[in-house]
Amino acid sequence: MKFSVVVFPGSNCDHDCETVLKDVMKQPVEMIWHKDTDIKNPDCVIVPGGFSYGDYLRTGAIARFSPVMKSVADFASKGGLVMGICNGFQILCEAQLLPGALLRNRSLQFICKEVYLRVDQTQTPFTNACKPGQVLKIPIAHGEGNYFIDTEGLKKLNDQNQVVVRYCDLDGKSTPDSNPNGSLDSIAGICNEKKNIFGLMPHPDRSAEAGLGSQDGKLFWESLLNAAVKV
Amino acid sequence: MSPLTVEITPEIIKEHGLKPDEYERIVKILGRTPNLTELGVYSVMWSEHCGYKHSKAVLRKFTTKGDRVLQGPGENAGIMDIGEGWAVAFKVESHNHPSAVEPYQGAATGVGGILRDIFTMGARPIANLNSLRFGPLTNPKVKHLFTGVVKGIADYGNCMGIPTVAGEVVFDETYTDNCLVNAMSVGLVRHEHIIRGKATGVGNAVIYIGATTGRDGIHGATFASTEISQESQEKRSAVQVADPFMEKLLMEATLELIQSDILVGIQDMGAAGLTCSTCEMASRGGAGIEIDVTKVPQREPGMTPYEILLSESQERMLLVAKPGCEQRVHDILAKWDLHAATIGTVTDTGLMVVKENGKTVVEVPAESLTEPPIYHPEKSEPAILKKHREFDEAIIAQPSDYNEVLLKLLTDPTIASKRWVYQQYDHMVRTNSFIRPGSDAAVIRVKETKKGLAMTIDGNGSYCAVDPYEGGKIAVAEAARNIACSGAVPIGMTDCLNYGSPEKPEVFYMFERSVTGVADASAYLKIPVTGGNVSLYNESPQGAIDPTPIVGMIGLFEDVDLRVTQWFKKDGDLIYLLGNIGDSIGASRYLHLLHGKKTGLCPRLDLKTEKYLYHGLRTMAEWKVLESAHDCSDGGFAVAVAESCFTGATHEAGFKGAEVVLPGTGRLDGRLFGEAQSRVIVSCDPRNAFRLEDIARHFQIPIQKIGQVGGDALVIGSAVKVPVSRAADLFFTSIEKAMA
Repeated sequence: MKFSVVVFPGSNCDHDCETVLKDVMKQPVEMIWHKDTDIKNPDCVIVPGGFSYGDYLRTGAIARFSPVMKSVADFASKGGLVMGICNGFQILCEAQLLPGALLRNRSLQFICKEVYLRVDQTQTPFTNACKPGQVLKIPIAHGEGNYFIDTEGLKKLNDQNQVVVRYCDLDGKSTPDSNPNGSLDSIAGICNEKKNIFGLMPHPDRSAEAGLGSQDGKLFWESLLNAAVKV
Repeated sequence: MSPLTVEITPEIIKEHGLKPDEYERIVKILGRTPNLTELGVYSVMWSEHCGYKHSKAVLRKFTTKGDRVLQGPGENAGIMDIGEGWAVAFKVESHNHPSAVEPYQGAATGVGGILRDIFTMGARPIANLNSLRFGPLTNPKVKHLFTGVVKGIADYGNCMGIPTVAGEVVFDETYTDNCLVNAMSVGLVRHEHIIRGKATGVGNAVIYIGATTGRDGIHGATFASTEISQESQEKRSAVQVADPFMEKLLMEATLELIQSDILVGIQDMGAAGLTCSTCEMASRGGAGIEIDVTKVPQREPGMTPYEILLSESQERMLLVAKPGCEQRVHDILAKWDLHAATIGTVTDTGLMVVKENGKTVVEVPAESLTEPPIYHPEKSEPAILKKHREFDEAIIAQPSDYNEVLLKLLTDPTIASKRWVYQQYDHMVRTNSFIRPGSDAAVIRVKETKKGLAMTIDGNGSYCAVDPYEGGKIAVAEAARNIACSGAVPIGMTDCLNYGSPEKPEVFYMFERSVTGVADASAYLKIPVTGGNVSLYNESPQGAIDPTPIVGMIGLFEDVDLRVTQWFKKDGDLIYLLGNIGDSIGASRYLHLLHGKKTGLCPRLDLKTEKYLYHGLRTMAEWKVLESAHDCSDGGFAVAVAESCFTGATHEAGFKGAEVVLPGTGRLDGRLFGEAQSRVIVSCDPRNAFRLEDIARHFQIPIQKIGQVGGDALVIGSAVKVPVSRAADLFFTSIEKAMA
């Protein structure tokens, strides 16, 4: 499966995505500079984490205007798979490829720690390797991961099974304590209606090797490979 | 009035922090009186911060050579070989003065500065560490400083995408007016990409890259070389403003330039800005440099040559391109949307010449700027040291409830978990953090090999305050013990020396003695010093800080899978004490916190015992017999056993109970909370007990089986029995509650 990882000025997790795809998943990867419009005909585009444009103005707000984003949007409109992680999720929301917005964390502090996620949708190209309700241990590292959407939007997300992962405790229960950043309805990651665009705040790129404390993140990458086989 | 015509009066000389005989020396070098701009240039280069004029003679005590040393002191960072063509670059630097006045920007620019020192050498930064010291956390001003410093470090490192993986935070009255912010950075470089800050090749282009030059930070280096006072609070303009995004671009562009093999030399503009980078590059290359300030990209109109030369605007670099490579430099910078301006050329005159529209405004021998006068200040032993040595511990009544004392120590912000701090730092980015914050040392894997690097930063001002020599030795030994506990071999160190005014004989005595302790331990343990930083004048009207040498250390794993963490792993494992228990409470955190006394005989450190301990620990790690290893430091034996019970970076993963005996004889509080050196708590699977004991005997390490992992209580002899869940909760939430 061919992956293209978009690199903005200020992207930091581009290396991490490259490592996981190349070294762990053994897949071919192209790194796409944000000024390029040719995304090299991939099967899946990854918008990685980091601080694109220093998070100046608002997270993801400037990156969405980069030339490459037009190509990413075209690719997605034709059904191409796009996954945004952390800052990548923020960029996809700013680019209106996903609904809602990511606000400052409830604590107003940057938070880096491992959290638990419950997989609420397994019928997606990003989570088909997970069991329904499976609890995963995945790290977060963000200052603005507090997901927000209006009431109508939230209803639509729920009605159309677009909430893919939620923050929870070790037993899979979503409680105020298990919600690290104040996200509405404990939402950690969502997809679009067609389920070919997925964004999440936690980092599957940082949890796919034993030495890093968790390999649960690998399930997302394996799901993508499964999806590619089906296509 | 033009700076060329301003008359240099004794007042102007004094304002520049120069002494009358230093001014005479400048006149002698030039054979004429300097103009105002030249005076400014000398004043920053001859400040303590840049010139080390009071400390240089003492710093010569350091062992700076070793088989692995590729670059010792004198460059932007030290570099050591780690094999397979790879090398590690690392250095620590202080940003105490700016942080005391403007904590957020002060700390952030401290991180920015040390990161530039690393990538200027061609190394990609892979980890940050920091050592922080503040007054007591009950003081609202301290909370403000603590909050600002941590956020400054976090915002900068996080945005740069460099994990902040280890550090220490100490809260003590001595730092109330002078907080210490020491930032360390570690980078990796291929041998062939190592580059130095030198200018050679007559006619080669001198190119300025990065942010524009503004009026911020003018005289920062001079500001950092005076005591903190009401007046310095008003010198806030001497503190620079951080732009981590600019630095991220600068880092990527710099590494691309270096790897393209088109540069002769490169240097960052840190303290003393353009002045320092031009004269140091020329001096190292044995050349001269001529620049024109009108070509320097400026943030605002109307800046004088004086301001342009002395500005400490951040995120700027100066480089010398190889002949014919100028255009490629500009192309790479354009890719990253960065400024690049050719501002001058390399000459063979040995002079630093600065022009403004063709008119010479500075013309001085470059080397004279990097060779300030060296002082041998007066020193005298403070009378208080004798009192500390002769302090009679017998007058201290032993407590009745040891459970309460242990819980109080675990709640002490200096000992308690720093989770509130490190959760604000991205400590996982780059996916190499194999041991994350909270254990004795952090471990970063080297992706392209099987190797790993252990790293730690450590110091103990309370020991140095009562016994500077022994305290200096312990600073090195504790750092090395942290590395050894992780299973790695300590290979090199960097130090940050934080003291009061060297012009006070008692302060200078403490400086010299503690640095001698650091140097002697480093020489004996064969851990060379590859660079560092001196921060003097950490004084307020209340007096000088405790002498505080901070040691940052790097350890090497040939196989990163041999790493060990400090936490007990499974019920039934056996717990051992390596080393002798001791029973003195001298200079301990316990004596300070529970009895309000910072005195007594500092723990003694026997270097031979310590060296054998490291060899033993490494061998145990190699034979994979260790489930955990944790050194006894602040709070002593009892706190070390308790900390071994608290699992991982968060306590969500649970914790382990343990039941151990309390070895030794003598004072119960001394055995529980005393801080005798060369002690480590280890645990092992019962199947490996024989081998563990055997290795300890082989290295002549005292070893005693003291108990077993299991249950849900922490039991130490008949003195302590507390539920681990309660102890862990106090330990993890203490700082969070204080900051809520």
